[in-house]
Amino acid sequence: MTQLPPLSAVKLGLVIDLDTCVGCHACVVSCKGWNTENYGAPLSDQDAYGANPSGTFLNRVHSYEVQPAEGHAQLVHFPKSCLHCEDAPCVTVCPTGASYKRVEDGIVLVNESDCIGCGLCAWACPYGAREMDVAEKVMKKCTLCVDRIYNDNLPEEDRVPACVRTCPAGARHFGDLGDPESDVSQLVAERGGFDLMPEQGTKPVNKYLPPRPRDRSEDVDILAPYLAPVTDQPKGFVGWLDKALSALPGGK
Amino acid sequence: MHPAPSVILFTTLSGLGFGLLFWLGLGMPGPTGVVAFVFFAIAYLLAVGGLLASTFHLGHPERALKAFSQWQTSWLSREAWASVAALVVMAVYGAGLVFLGTKWTALGLIGAVLSIGTVFTTSMIYAQLRTVPRWHHWTTPAVFLCLSLGGGALLAGQIRFALPLLALAGVAQAYTWITGDARLRSSGTTLASATGLQGGSIRAFEPPHTGTNYLLREFVYVVGRKHSRNLRVISLTLGFILPIVLLLLPFNHILAGVAVVSHLAGVLVARWLFFAEAEHVVGLYYGKRTT
Ligand code: SF4
Ligand code: SF4
Ligand code: SF4
Repeated sequence: MTQLPPLSAVKLGLVIDLDTCVGCHACVVSCKGWNTENYGAPLSDQDAYGANPSGTFLNRVHSYEVQPAEGHAQLVHFPKSCLHCEDAPCVTVCPTGASYKRVEDGIVLVNESDCIGCGLCAWACPYGAREMDVAEKVMKKCTLCVDRIYNDNLPEEDRVPACVRTCPAGARHFGDLGDPESDVSQLVAERGGFDLMPEQGTKPVNKYLPPRPRDRSEDVDILAPYLAPVTDQPKGFVGWLDKALSALPGGK
Repeated sequence: MHPAPSVILFTTLSGLGFGLLFWLGLGMPGPTGVVAFVFFAIAYLLAVGGLLASTFHLGHPERALKAFSQWQTSWLSREAWASVAALVVMAVYGAGLVFLGTKWTALGLIGAVLSIGTVFTTSMIYAQLRTVPRWHHWTTPAVFLCLSLGGGALLAGQIRFALPLLALAGVAQAYTWITGDARLRSSGTTLASATGLQGGSIRAFEPPHTGTNYLLREFVYVVGRKHSRNLRVISLTLGFILPIVLLLLPFNHILAGVAVVSHLAGVLVARWLFFAEAEHVVGLYYGKRTT
């Protein structure tokens, strides 16, 4: 049913820390790995080893450069997957009811056997969080690893999204953003977490934590004084060695 | 947006077809027998042909029936209902004219409303999308409706109505092109709001993937400014100015035929631009839109 459910108290989602993400793309790989062999159609690749590779991913990492008026530019790695919006436009546009938002936890999913592959939901998502699989011709999107987080067959520490479990920097956090007492909600409050494109009115559940300002040190090169050359006119043994080495092929 | 030929053909042809059905439903013209058959055949070829073209665009056309289920929220679903309702009602009305020589006026009126309603639902599929500021505007349904009514009147031989409607459609089209160019800028969505990053100018440094992907193929189509200006002039000339001039000349079947073909060509160009020039905000993440 593509009518949005009444607002659920539980809002499962991710908090992504732009300060700690190192841009390693491990979450991209683990997301693809888990989701290509579990819930729904596999995430296909086209021409994977050829000249023009492309494929379906549910999570991608952009990199941006922020150049302040003064000082050095700062590089920010920016992972992006479905934000499981409260007012999800992708859900209401779907003609078949394939796209839906779960009442119990707010996860936005696609029922692939109902999807006609019209693509309208991807048009309606401002974040580029939905990709049509070229091989299966159905819409794919982040499932919040719904098949992990409730999965009793997994050890408890694995009952989090694959991307969260994998991230070596701890830049992705999973939890209930509907509960103000949860760790993730506390983190958002503490660090000033924000919404992407708030003006689009989608009310994303996922939040982003801003990069912290970088330390500024006037004299960064503390070793430089110790590394200054002692002499540029070597004498004695060092002088002979220098000449001998310079005489070797490629020495000059 | 990627200008998919199937969708361009669908919206153009079915817009014309439903426009013609609208005028037929109003009884303008109100022929019976063989003449009515020819008129209805043309209208159905255009409308149904367009609908068939649009199903080629689907990944799973075999599940198309499911698209009728979500009319409460989805404009695409409403379009499915409106088009089928219009085609069924107008088929009954047409059968009365062709085979019985009787005109069920009320049925025709209902069919006319459903026909133009179908065009409205099509236009709302685009106009509802806040992600494409150029489309998210009243001019989108206005242009679709004017084009369908004007083109339909042209096909129906209702010169009296075709002239002002085509002129209006041309003006609406030109207006939406000119104001549309600024809509992404005034939408408030920028790379800064997309990333929430502050403290300086932001530049897309590195894309997430070296190759292309669905998002880039579908949403990030860029038309050169000069190219676009030329196409707009071509579209206005073929779609509106030339047909109006031809209609003003003393009536002649050949000239009228040329007017129809020229109008169709102009609208196809306009529809190509409608998609090709539409900037989806996701392009911002890829640094592909300068605002
Ligand atoms: S991020 Fe996009 S796909 Fe996910 S819920 Fe929001 S609008 Fe829908
Ligand atoms: S592509 Fe599938 S999920 Fe998306 S709107 Fe169309 S039918 Fe619904
Ligand atoms: S929650 Fe799961 S599906 Fe979503 S981005 Fe992370 S790994 Fe991928």
